[in-house]
Amino acid sequence: MDKKAPAAAEVGNVTKAYGSKRVVDDVSFYVAQGEIFGLIGPNGAGKTTTIRMMMDIIKPDSGDIHILGEKLREDTKNHIGYLPEERGLYKKLTVLDTLTYLAALKGDRVANSRIEELLRRVGMLPHKNKKIEELSRGMGQLIQFLTTIIHDPQLIILDEPFAGLDPVNTELLKEIVLDLRKQGKAVILSTHQMNQVEELCDRILMIDHGRSVLYGKLADIKKKYRDNSVLVDLEGEPGELEGVVGSEPEGRYLELMLDGKTTPQQVLRQIVKQGVAINSFQVSTPSLHQIFLQVAGKKDE
Amino acid sequence: MNKTLIILKHELRQTLRRRSFILMTLAFPLLAMLAIVGFQTIQGIGGEAPVEVIEIGYVDYSGGFDVIAQSEVVEFTSQPSEEEATDALLEGEISQYFVIPQDYLSSGVIIRYTLERELETPDEVWQAIKNFLISNLLEGQNSPEVVERVQYPLALSSITLDENGDIAPEQGGFSAFIVPYIFSFLLIMSIFTSSGFLLQGLGEEKENRVMEILLSSVSPRQLITGKVLGLGVAGLLQIVVWLISARFLAGMASSTIGGILSSLQIPADFLVLGIIYFILGYLLFAIIMAGAGSLGASARESQQFSVIFTLMAVSPLWFAVLITNNPNHVIVQLLTMFPFTAPVTVMLRMGLADIPVWQLATSIALMVITIVGLLFLVAKIFRTFLLMYGKTPKLGEIARYLRQS
Repeated sequence: MDKKAPAAAEVGNVTKAYGSKRVVDDVSFYVAQGEIFGLIGPNGAGKTTTIRMMMDIIKPDSGDIHILGEKLREDTKNHIGYLPEERGLYKKLTVLDTLTYLAALKGDRVANSRIEELLRRVGMLPHKNKKIEELSRGMGQLIQFLTTIIHDPQLIILDEPFAGLDPVNTELLKEIVLDLRKQGKAVILSTHQMNQVEELCDRILMIDHGRSVLYGKLADIKKKYRDNSVLVDLEGEPGELEGVVGSEPEGRYLELMLDGKTTPQQVLRQIVKQGVAINSFQVSTPSLHQIFLQVAGKKDE
Repeated sequence: MNKTLIILKHELRQTLRRRSFILMTLAFPLLAMLAIVGFQTIQGIGGEAPVEVIEIGYVDYSGGFDVIAQSEVVEFTSQPSEEEATDALLEGEISQYFVIPQDYLSSGVIIRYTLERELETPDEVWQAIKNFLISNLLEGQNSPEVVERVQYPLALSSITLDENGDIAPEQGGFSAFIVPYIFSFLLIMSIFTSSGFLLQGLGEEKENRVMEILLSSVSPRQLITGKVLGLGVAGLLQIVVWLISARFLAGMASSTIGGILSSLQIPADFLVLGIIYFILGYLLFAIIMAGAGSLGASARESQQFSVIFTLMAVSPLWFAVLITNNPNHVIVQLLTMFPFTAPVTVMLRMGLADIPVWQLATSIALMVITIVGLLFLVAKIFRTFLLMYGKTPKLGEIARYLRQS
């Protein structure tokens, strides 16, 4: 992995305990600039605690944290945009005042033109003089998101950003996140919604009970956990297939288990040879959710 | 710009916009003005209140008691017997009567009958009957001047001298006490409005979940300092508004009401100490409120925490009588030096007697030490509990966390 530019964030062997309970246990990872990094795990796994330590809100018991190549200082907070999971805004403040004040706390005197441009982007410009309490929940969430990126941070940490958003706004947010990556920003996406991670993230860290259980490129992880099977939708029954040790109906699909030596291509060639019409043929890759369940060793809820 | 300063400005602006703050600041001058105007109006309409003559009857079994001199307010009429006196009383000819029994000279017993239910005999009636009896008893034996002196033996006027034997500018008395009393009351009000806002603000930020966003931008120390100072400036502004309006009102009142109010003066040393104790008192309670605010799960719960300290602060008012009668009592000295009761006690004592410098110095020093100590403690509490939602930690937990951190 290429590490020429300083990593946006580098966490080394960080541990935090409350009483005798280790909430974060020897976790290490780095986040490169220009990538979307998924921090995933079930509720209570230690994601938020890890993030709070990166934000210098909580001090780790041991371990090092570097942000943009520097040790945590009071100034580093100015280069990070953080959307906490537990979030809210001043109800009595107007949209404009909220954005101005929170940007000022990041040490940034933001021009009104930038605020208006961001508001226009999310379609909230007409509401700029409304009080937060007059906005709908979804609108409030969007403003909350804008406060995270208003000061043009280099590293953006989003803790459960899609919670409480409708599909339209979810798409809008994803678009902006992908845009941020294009601009070379690093984004850390912490969530337990695996489908979002699969869609957006380049690399992931999965933690469970405070411990790191999976870490690396999403594609590599999926390859590693790929089942040895293919899903087919055929017109009629296939005959005897060499290298297939069993089959099981899976909805309108038929799952064919391979013996481990045979490749999916060999199976496909055999089916074509038999002259059975094929509606679909796909190599089964497990969803991140399934991998997660496998790794965490938990039953589906 | 410095982040503490940004928070300070933000808090100040938000507080000055609060409806309750504006109401509170304006309420005191407005109420005082209403009272003065009301007083003037009543005076204008009624002029001198009409003097009502009290008709008192008497039944003389002892003999020799006559009406020697009628006064303007009380009219005595002789009644032949108790039955007739009662009839006259029921018909409203007299409002009351008294009986002088035969053995009055040896027993001194006087029996008074009235239709009113009263706590005790009205002072003017008691005086009138006393004077009636005295003038009858001394009749013929002394000159009228002596009789009058016996009735009114002294017209007392006391003058306080300063250490040079000159007449002191501060003569004490009611007006000397009322100014500090009002001022200490206002001081406490202002301290608790401001620190109350601090508590409420922190509670709201915790409830609204703004806290974590703030802490991702500034350090807990910057946050607490900015908030405490911002609200402190608001409180100071409130005091200044009150003081300025008090000057105007005193001028307005003395031109019309005169008497007590005309002597309402706020001496300079009183003002300086007042401001010092406002600042120290505010810092002390604001820091405590900040601690309470970070501990409570909601604004309401935090408020309950803080009640203990509010009670402590106003407790010197319960000792007001002791402080008034004996400003140098040991208990009063202790109250002066104990940081939580010092602001109010000092204000109350100021008007009554000079407070020895060593006591003031000790009191201020103790307050500063307490403030610094609490600041360290609360900053720790702040970091640990600010992001704890949903439950209030128990005392044991707080102690454990503090030991760990």
